[in-house]
Amino acid sequence: MNTEGERGNRIPSGCAIAGVFSETGENISGAIITDAMRTMRERSNGLGGGFAGYGIYPQYKDYYAFHVFYADKEAKKACEDYLDEKFEIINLSKIPVRKNPRITDEPLIWRYFVMPDHNLLRDSQLDEREYVARRVIKINNEIKGAYVFSSGKNMGCFKGVGYPEDIGDYYRLEEYAGYGWTAHGRYPTNTPGWWGGAHPFSLLDLTVVHNGEISSYDANRRFIEMFGYKCTLLTDTEVITYALDFLVRKKGLTMSEAAAVIAAPFWTTIEHMPDERRVVCDYLRKEFPGLLMTGPFSILVGWNGGMMALNDRLKLRSMVTAKSGARTYFASEECAIRRMDENAGGLLAPRGGEPVIVTLKGEKSDPPITNLNCFAEGDIDL
Amino acid sequence: MSYVYADYEVKRDLSRCTLCGACVKQCFNGVHSLIDTENGKKLVSDESKCVNCHRCVSFCPSRAIKIVRSDLCFRKNDNWSDSVIKEIYKQAESGGVLLSSMGCPEKYPVYFDKILINASQVTNPSIDPLREPMETKVTLGKRNRDIRRGKNGHIICDSSPRLDLELPIMFSAMSYGSISYNAHKSLALAATKLGICYNTGEGGLNKDFFKYGKNTIVQVASGRFGVYKDYLEAGAAIEIKMGQGAKPGIGGHLPGAKITEDVSMTRMIPVGTDAISPAPHHDIYSIEDLKQLVYALKEATEYKKPIIVKVAAVHNIAAIASGIARSGADIIAIDGFRGGTGAAPTRIRDNVGIPVELALAAVDSRLREEGLRENVSLVVGGSIRSSADVVKAIALGADAVYIATSALIALGCHLCRNCQSGKCNWGIATQVPELVERLDPEKGSERLVNLLTAWDHEIKEFMGGMGINSIEALKGNRLMLRGVGLNEKELSILGIKHAGE
Repeated sequence: MNTEGERGNRIPSGCAIAGVFSETGENISGAIITDAMRTMRERSNGLGGGFAGYGIYPQYKDYYAFHVFYADKEAKKACEDYLDEKFEIINLSKIPVRKNPRITDEPLIWRYFVMPDHNLLRDSQLDEREYVARRVIKINNEIKGAYVFSSGKNMGCFKGVGYPEDIGDYYRLEEYAGYGWTAHGRYPTNTPGWWGGAHPFSLLDLTVVHNGEISSYDANRRFIEMFGYKCTLLTDTEVITYALDFLVRKKGLTMSEAAAVIAAPFWTTIEHMPDERRVVCDYLRKEFPGLLMTGPFSILVGWNGGMMALNDRLKLRSMVTAKSGARTYFASEECAIRRMDENAGGLLAPRGGEPVIVTLKGEKSDPPITNLNCFAEGDIDL
Repeated sequence: MSYVYADYEVKRDLSRCTLCGACVKQCFNGVHSLIDTENGKKLVSDESKCVNCHRCVSFCPSRAIKIVRSDLCFRKNDNWSDSVIKEIYKQAESGGVLLSSMGCPEKYPVYFDKILINASQVTNPSIDPLREPMETKVTLGKRNRDIRRGKNGHIICDSSPRLDLELPIMFSAMSYGSISYNAHKSLALAATKLGICYNTGEGGLNKDFFKYGKNTIVQVASGRFGVYKDYLEAGAAIEIKMGQGAKPGIGGHLPGAKITEDVSMTRMIPVGTDAISPAPHHDIYSIEDLKQLVYALKEATEYKKPIIVKVAAVHNIAAIASGIARSGADIIAIDGFRGGTGAAPTRIRDNVGIPVELALAAVDSRLREEGLRENVSLVVGGSIRSSADVVKAIALGADAVYIATSALIALGCHLCRNCQSGKCNWGIATQVPELVERLDPEKGSERLVNLLTAWDHEIKEFMGGMGINSIEALKGNRLMLRGVGLNEKELSILGIKHAGE
């Protein structure tokens, strides 16, 4: 299994993204999001597709669901020995797939529902999520041929090399249902055909699908690697995921505050903000300059109970959102939204740096976006 | 009799020369004199006094003068070069330590010249700085504090003391004494107009310049000249000078001749006495002592000002910087061995210290490995010659740069490297009133503002080309750099790939 990033080469890529989220938590079939991706085939090149579903494992919702790629049986053995040692494994199985003529060279794909070993967790003096995150990072860095590509509770990533609609078919996504889905079709410049390189990229329940290429990559990578993360894939998506994990889980920022760090408003915009907002945006930008991301990107971030769409500060990648009842739709192109719901209204192209955040009703939600919007009405200084 | 022959010849085009005598007036070294002969007036030159500062060349109204390198030579010898032989003559005559000014001019590698910058093609759009916002503002100081929230859940926005700069460039330390009142005023005015800082050096702060305080870094050096409460409170930041790139491990010596009435007031020492800065701070013999001085200065200024610790780039710089990053300092300034000086022992200047590019890369990497990089900002100098050097330094990991030689050149310095003589014909490195008058602070500051405005435009063009619209995203972004003609070791220290990789 050739992994990306092995020879230190970065792989830029263009892409298609889409997402759907139900604030009331109603179940949405994976078939819907798979179908939506069909319309944006032009934006992918068959070298990567993937999905993240939230609320899909209600029967195991208290356990971490690990989805793991193995290059071979040795890797599987090594990883399972490690999992056995560090975790209590509640259930394990192959992830059910359907053969598809356009999906080939697949790795072994397994799923484990686990809890940290009680004693080891206590001795580690770590918070449970940090314990799990560190073990996942360790497996991905140190067990050759094993790659954990999903590690959150009551959610899961499904990805591989191929067009997204074929990947959805391969993983039988129509058999899963959840309150939120994100999807990605990849157009990399080159790739060794490694399944781990497809999006979403995830850590715990945080997932990112991403279209674009961040020009700040190495500045962000070198920043985040100071805090226990290791960017092995050399893809932008990996660094965005770690950055959000750092800001939200470790620093305790809300998603919209984190958005004001990675897609920080311009100084001239900050200057003209009302007092309270100005002080916070100025503070965040000066406190975390190493995580400011430049260059084109549109991302969809998923986590347990919420979803965020965010564009780079200049809006150099397309992204639209729409609403229909309790559902919010996101996509690179409107056609994908129309495929999910012909009648969705409130079509909006969020401005650069303006996060659109949706959360489950009753969940602890971010302060209203308007508090931290990067741009006040009419003050974009382009 | 001296065995040292003149380095330069004055060529006077007699068909152009009008015998106006401007050269005589301009040259304070006394190279030119207008004499009466039987056939009328004649201009003659004493070339032994010429330092090749081009003052006469620039002021000759008929463009009749040029200065050329003397072709007088010794027998060819690749081991005993002309300069080596001449320096032995000088020392045999004087018995003294050789003195030089400005940065090391010797043929060591200039790593900035072996690094190339990236640009976007296809996968990522370049950005046009004339049409899109492009940000070069930086903030120096500690970062990444724990987020604290008030009762209502709002973030409590209290940060460490910071230094906000409109450009990632500052004027580095040059004391009043080593340079003139007008040179200082030019720097102060320019820093104020540009929204950046200049640095007092170790010579104290003239009363007239207290009003530029928010654009001033006040320095505390081993001689503690001119340091008192008002001085510390006057500046936007305080710099502890531990070392200087041009003379690491060596103190300073401003001869009594330069301690004029005004300089004496500013430095708080008697007129005409030598101002000697000891080699070490005698209250800092170890890292824990530095910490005490850092906190003493913070106490004195109520923790409102960032503290900079300036060190020379020496062999063990990464470990030293790591120590400083744990000392409470907010900013580390690293001065490379090419950094300038008003006077330094030649042998020290040319043989001690390391290139700033390597020092910067090593320090930035080490601080990151140790998780200390956000404890401090990094400022580097010695020598930053152009906007390209600025971009490369920032991509290697600097938060901002210090420039001094480039600034003096903008003021008219021709790098004749004779600052130690005190006879600077351009009114910069001198205290002679009639020479100081030659530098108009208004015009000087305008030239400095022009220089940095031009650099800022160029930096923005570089950034736009890379698809980066904020300087933060360039900082430490080493993938934007490639080396040419560097060996594996050099690449690994710089943390960059070779071109083509």
